[in-house]
Amino acid sequence: MTTPTTERWRTIDVIVAAVIAVAFGVIFWAWGLLWNVATPAFTFLPATQAIMYGVWLIPAVLGGLVIRRPGAALFCEAVAATVSALLGSEWGGITILQGLIQGFGAEAAFAAFRYRSFRLPTALIAGALTGLGAAVFDFFVWNGAYALGSYRIPYALLTIVSATAIAGVGAWTLTRALARTGVLDRFPAGRERTAI
Amino acid sequence: MISLEPVARPEAPLARRNPVAKLAAALVFSVVLIATLDPVAPAIAIAVELALLPLFGVRPRVLARRAAPLLVGAVGVLVTLVLFAADRSGRILVEAGPILVTSGVLITALGLVLRMFAVALPGVVVVATTDPTDLADALVQNAKVPARFAYGALAAFRLVPLLGQEWQMISMARRARGIDAGRNPLTRLRLFGSTAFTLLVGAIRRGTRLAVAMDARGFDAATPRSVARRQRFGTADGLLVAGAAVLSGAALAVSIALGTFRPLIG
Amino acid sequence: MAGAAHRAPTCWQRPRDREWGPVSAVRLRGFGWRHAGRKRWAVRELDLRIEHGERVLLLGASGAGKSTLLAALAGLLPDDSGEREGSVEINGRDPRAARDRVGSLFQDPETQLVMARCGDDVAFGLENRGLPAEHIWPRVDEALRRVGFRYGRDRSTAALSGGEQQRLALAGVLALRPGLLLLDEPTANLDPAGAALVRDTVAAALDADTTLVLVEHRVAEALPLVDRVVVLAPGGGVQADGTPEAVFAAHGAALAAEGVWVPGHPVPPRQATAAPGEVLLAAERLALPPRLATVSLTVRAGEALAVHGPNGTGKSTLALLLGGLLAPGVGRVTATAALADGDARIPPHRWRAPALAGRIGSVFQDPEHQFVTSTVADELALGPRRGGWTEPEVRTTVEALLDRLRLTALAGANPYTLSGGEARRLSVATALATAPRLLVCDEPTFGQDRRTWWELVELFAELRDHGHALVAVTHDTEFIAALADRQVRLEHPATLP
Ligand SMILES: Nc1ncnc2c1ncn2[C@@H]1O[C@H](COP(=O)(O)OP(=O)(O)OP(=O)(O)O)[C@@H](O)[C@H]1O
Ligand SMILES: Nc1ncnc2c1ncn2[C@@H]1O[C@H](COP(=O)(O)OP(=O)(O)OP(=O)(O)O)[C@@H](O)[C@H]1O
Ligand SMILES: [Mg+2]
Ligand SMILES: [Mg+2]
Repeated sequence: MTTPTTERWRTIDVIVAAVIAVAFGVIFWAWGLLWNVATPAFTFLPATQAIMYGVWLIPAVLGGLVIRRPGAALFCEAVAATVSALLGSEWGGITILQGLIQGFGAEAAFAAFRYRSFRLPTALIAGALTGLGAAVFDFFVWNGAYALGSYRIPYALLTIVSATAIAGVGAWTLTRALARTGVLDRFPAGRERTAI
Repeated sequence: MISLEPVARPEAPLARRNPVAKLAAALVFSVVLIATLDPVAPAIAIAVELALLPLFGVRPRVLARRAAPLLVGAVGVLVTLVLFAADRSGRILVEAGPILVTSGVLITALGLVLRMFAVALPGVVVVATTDPTDLADALVQNAKVPARFAYGALAAFRLVPLLGQEWQMISMARRARGIDAGRNPLTRLRLFGSTAFTLLVGAIRRGTRLAVAMDARGFDAATPRSVARRQRFGTADGLLVAGAAVLSGAALAVSIALGTFRPLIG
Repeated sequence: MAGAAHRAPTCWQRPRDREWGPVSAVRLRGFGWRHAGRKRWAVRELDLRIEHGERVLLLGASGAGKSTLLAALAGLLPDDSGEREGSVEINGRDPRAARDRVGSLFQDPETQLVMARCGDDVAFGLENRGLPAEHIWPRVDEALRRVGFRYGRDRSTAALSGGEQQRLALAGVLALRPGLLLLDEPTANLDPAGAALVRDTVAAALDADTTLVLVEHRVAEALPLVDRVVVLAPGGGVQADGTPEAVFAAHGAALAAEGVWVPGHPVPPRQATAAPGEVLLAAERLALPPRLATVSLTVRAGEALAVHGPNGTGKSTLALLLGGLLAPGVGRVTATAALADGDARIPPHRWRAPALAGRIGSVFQDPEHQFVTSTVADELALGPRRGGWTEPEVRTTVEALLDRLRLTALAGANPYTLSGGEARRLSVATALATAPRLLVCDEPTFGQDRRTWWELVELFAELRDHGHALVAVTHDTEFIAALADRQVRLEHPATLP
């Protein structure tokens, strides 16, 4: 347990949170370039789409784990969504709304622990809640016309599982890997490295 | 290569509107249309959007290129519906094992695809006509977003094309050091992962230095900031948002009047 | 907030008082700083007074802590990034509180640019200080003019070469009219004309009320700007302090031996003694619009070729093309059988990476682009290991290079935490490790102290004398004079886009 960090955001907090989101925007862009042959296949296979869902939700959880301030997860996912609206741009403004809803999920998890715990269980819950946000949004907005039992519910559940596994575990692992490189030395997440 | 420059003629009458107004209008327009699953309302909305296009100074070819990825999404919707449609009423057109295509399924598919385009296009148009700096200025001046967050995010946005180049530089550097993936997809995936991680590390490091440089130029000072670029939210901007609400509302009203309206929930 | 900004604050009616500040005196008492994760102190036991209006040149070998000291003066060493000793005061206050009268320009210009358009970037600092809009743009234009910026306010900051960025960053600092100006190698990436222009700009910006602390390895060029020289001792403390004449008269030879570029201690030339050998690589009518206009050249074994020319003419682009890392837009790059064995018919940019790395080594302009591992030693061992060397061979090579380039103490450090000069040396060393037949280096000597500079020249000369070829993109006229056997100059095309 660390002390809660609720004071004012430092400039470095704002910038690094935004930069994490931006970097993921670029990584997703590069992914599109590299795998543009394979991506349409994902689109046609709804199950793989839901299984991969967690990848897009990593920035929210990572932002919360690294910055450790109220609003970090939300801000990170909002910036990430705006970047993808600017880069991919095919989904337009709705992406931003969707990003906010997903960001609220991760934010709620960190808030529930009063911004004091940033261990694996917290990361898993943050991942799950982000996935819940995404699943609820898709359940109503995009999947409304599909069969409930054979599609909408399994899709939503898969999304949550994927978010927990990929965004939750993934972001937690990534935070530790980043801390080892020394880039997080100015964040509490990086200083725990020496304590370990 | 990644470019964040607006692609429209900036002097077009609606492209010149306040970025916050454009964003709000696009959101209002899209959110209203989400409420229905029928093909009529989105079709009207698309017609309205295309008619307004010249006022935004967006050339149809640019729009077509930016919206092209939606076609993949459209095919995805079709495939998913054929397999998992909730409503399979109407005349049976194809029946083969789990695949059952009825006229109802096709109408639903049409509705979903049109809705997807109708919801996405306003955003595409706004992105194509808005400069990120102007958007940040307007968010701070007209939407009362705290300057630290708006300009912090903007400074990070500036890194998007740089990080795009950085991605290529990292790939080149790896190649220069004798690392490449060849054809094996697993090796490619591993190389992608390590390049992405290097990019993330470099980005955070760059962000840390950028924050230092911004502080060195007084970004964290207690003095209230002044604005070098004025953004105004005038009557015309208010009218744009109101107009978006009226037009999308009208599209819904027509669909209700014709009896085709299918609410999203219920 | 926006409303408040438009009421011109009363303090702007007394600009001199607020902007320039009457005094900018610096006091250091037993100051020390140790970066997080380091055993060695970057700066230690430093006692120094810099009076109001003084112009100080800060010297010291690479890694002596010059950049760290400037960061301390700028109030940019956060308590959570290391350990502090003693005190620093500016006008009797903590540097963090005095930040509004300090302007700083660091070694790396790219991370100092904040906004997407050049004019907005210069305006950024003025906005932060609450300057009313009607005063901002005249000042922006004036600052851009003073640094000789070639483009308008609307030019995108992403479309600038390294040197152009440096100039823009300087404009952003000068626009603030700081009372204490901190410059860390402000001309490191500039072409000679640009460097002279920037020095003139700084000279013109200085007045009796401006205190200057300048870090610059090339002393001769910097001397007209300063009236005092302070040399940091590598182990901590001040080694020499006084007027340039006094310091160089008393300690000149000793300082030169330790790596300081003392005027009047020239380096001997090191040109090839044998005639160049066979052609290794030829570029025919090579171009990559709009980054590089047409150029043709050949590279021969046993020859050092220098590529120079103004900022933004595409030298780095040319280096990437010759290095087989970028596909040519127009024309072609062909390797001969002497370089490529059986692959001579394939252009280098299509070679498989391991084959390329064995033949052509590349050093990037920004050293950080090329680091792929997490320690200095691993970075050096990577190439040889991938080349299939045995572990003892790898170890011998790595140790020899670490020793020659004085990086041994940093073997376990993360490459990204090195000082500017250290990072540069490491990036050159990684390319030297596998001893490829052709070495393409982009600014290999920038930011080096005299001793390492000479070591690099020696290393390159040895390689060349063993029949390797070197292509060096550089602004360093002394390096060209000392090593180059042939020169290629790139110019701006007559018409600019
Ligand atoms: N962020 C950092 N983390 C850890 N160590 C650092 C960091 N920055 C600098 N150092 C170390 O502190 C020492 C002093 O570095 P500094 O950058 O002040 O040197 P310098 O005198 O400016 O050298 P150069 O002339 O090469 O730029 C170096 O050994 C460097 O490796
Ligand atoms: N990735 C890129 N995309 C587009 N333009 C670029 C890119 N990289 C550089 N440029 C532009 O191409 C021109 C040549 O750039 P390059 O970096 O090769 O110049 P240079 O001669 O190495 O300059 P310097 O001496 O400042 O390092 C510059 O005007 C630059 O703005
Ligand atoms: Mg330095
Ligand atoms: Mg260059």
